[in-house]
Amino acid sequence: MSDDSNSELAVESAPHHPARRTDVDPRAEARAEREVATMFGLASVAAIASVVAFFAIDPDKSIYIPVIGETSANNIAFGVTFGLSMSLIGAGAIHWARKLMPAQEVVSERHELHSDPADKAAAIAIFEEGAEGSGFGQRKMIRRSLLGAMALFPIPLVIILRELGPKVLDPQVMGKTLWKRGELILTDPSSRKLRPQDIPVGGLVNAVPESLSEVEELSGTLNARAKAGVILVRMTPSEIRSQQGDGWDYQGILAFSKICTHVGCPISLYEQRTHHLLCPCHQSTFDLADSGVCVFGPANRPLPQLPITVDAEGYLVAANGFQQPIGPSFWERNS
Amino acid sequence: MNSLAAKRRHPGAVLVVLFMGLCLTGVIYSVVGSAATAGATPKTASSTEVDHGRQLFIEGCASCHGIGAQGTQIAPTLVGVGAAAVDFQVSTGRMPLAAPGGQAERKPPQYTGEQISNLAAYIATLGPGPEIPSASDLNFENADLAQGGDLFRTNCTQCHNFAGSGGALSNGQFAPSLMDATPQEIYEAMLTGPQAMPVFANTTITPQEKQKIIKYITYLKTSPNPGGQDLGRLGPVTEGLALFTVGFGALIAVAIWIGARAK
Repeated sequence: MSDDSNSELAVESAPHHPARRTDVDPRAEARAEREVATMFGLASVAAIASVVAFFAIDPDKSIYIPVIGETSANNIAFGVTFGLSMSLIGAGAIHWARKLMPAQEVVSERHELHSDPADKAAAIAIFEEGAEGSGFGQRKMIRRSLLGAMALFPIPLVIILRELGPKVLDPQVMGKTLWKRGELILTDPSSRKLRPQDIPVGGLVNAVPESLSEVEELSGTLNARAKAGVILVRMTPSEIRSQQGDGWDYQGILAFSKICTHVGCPISLYEQRTHHLLCPCHQSTFDLADSGVCVFGPANRPLPQLPITVDAEGYLVAANGFQQPIGPSFWERNS
Repeated sequence: MNSLAAKRRHPGAVLVVLFMGLCLTGVIYSVVGSAATAGATPKTASSTEVDHGRQLFIEGCASCHGIGAQGTQIAPTLVGVGAAAVDFQVSTGRMPLAAPGGQAERKPPQYTGEQISNLAAYIATLGPGPEIPSASDLNFENADLAQGGDLFRTNCTQCHNFAGSGGALSNGQFAPSLMDATPQEIYEAMLTGPQAMPVFANTTITPQEKQKIIKYITYLKTSPNPGGQDLGRLGPVTEGLALFTVGFGALIAVAIWIGARAK
């Protein structure tokens, strides 16, 4: 295709624009000009007003605005004036372009992208001269050492990029919590020991292991808490249809991990009449009267149950640690 | 009641039959009351209050809960629910139910304060259960607000939302907003676990902790909202919807204006 036919095509397809009122009527043109200038002028005023408002209005003063309600006067005044300033600059520019700038479409000619043969030949000559001068073909020692360096150089990159990939997790880190045989069950956040008779049928208690406060203080992180949270619920023993282990309840008191097996939200949204535990994040629903199986939603595994009993003094303790990793599934999980 | 017994041909003779039901109630109470689990002792109330409450119960509640409040296929037993449960359910208008359904909703109470206390006195005689909290139980003025926030976030937010605005449960049920609840209603709800709500007895959340929670909820009701329109404080759903409709609407309007041909 030649350049001539291209430009002919472009000219033919350029649409015909009817004249605007501002193109034919000098009074309309003058009015549009005044409108644009007014918008820019108001933008200046609004910008100054926003600075004044920011310093002049007490930040603690609140003001009632219909629909929005009680809110900070300083915030509203600064935001509205600053936003107005920015909007008026934009609106003025668009108004200017629509009413006064030329409305005709302009064809921009493009030339072919490849270089002409003379330039290409010159570039190749320069490259060949450089290759000759460097002695890459003759100096074997330099060539081999360079190739060696180039071969080894990417290895650190591979190591760094590997860190972005699936983490090689120790199942013990993810799966092991502070719960172990004889670990006292304390209420959260008040850290009181519990006797079985403290929990009524239909009751719900958020609980943590006794050693948590010590571990949190030592580690300075919430990692242990993120794994160890449990809930205790009590139902009449005849309502319990199944459990994850024989006798893991204590007189109808059941303990379950409160970390959802879908993506690990803490859940304690318990409907005491249906014994269903709902996750507010993605609506996974677990039936605590039936081994904590997931009866609805995206979770794929039952909530892990913690076997409980009482110690010599009659306080509720864990009879054992969790028998499977708590929380969401991950690749290295064995169960 | 004696005059009713005397007027044998009175149209209200049916009440006599109901009275026999009450005798049955007494028998059930003596059996169940002694067998019930340890807890608060039944509240002592004058016999006229209890009699009046019993009459109100038979007229207004027995059709679902049974003549002896022993429960039926459509309604649970009220033996051992305690005066606090009656006061909560009836004073918030949740009981009597307007219609059976997933949720008993708050509505104007159908009984006067005196009638409610009579009903509560009667139900309290059926078996030991939580009592209506006393004025000192409800004195939360000196409770610790920060600890109340801690307790609220651990025990309440999962259903009632971080700001107490309520939230959805399953099968048409929902956790109601706490913004209309009085301190007494909040206290009673924790004690008795109405509907889907679990029980937070004084043994798991002490009266002092309940006062802290009430203090925090009272604070939530009046806490200022520096951001202005809170859209119900329901979180990202309403906020996202508002942004989507108002924000995108404005952007579309501007885009149309920019693209329109000038005349």
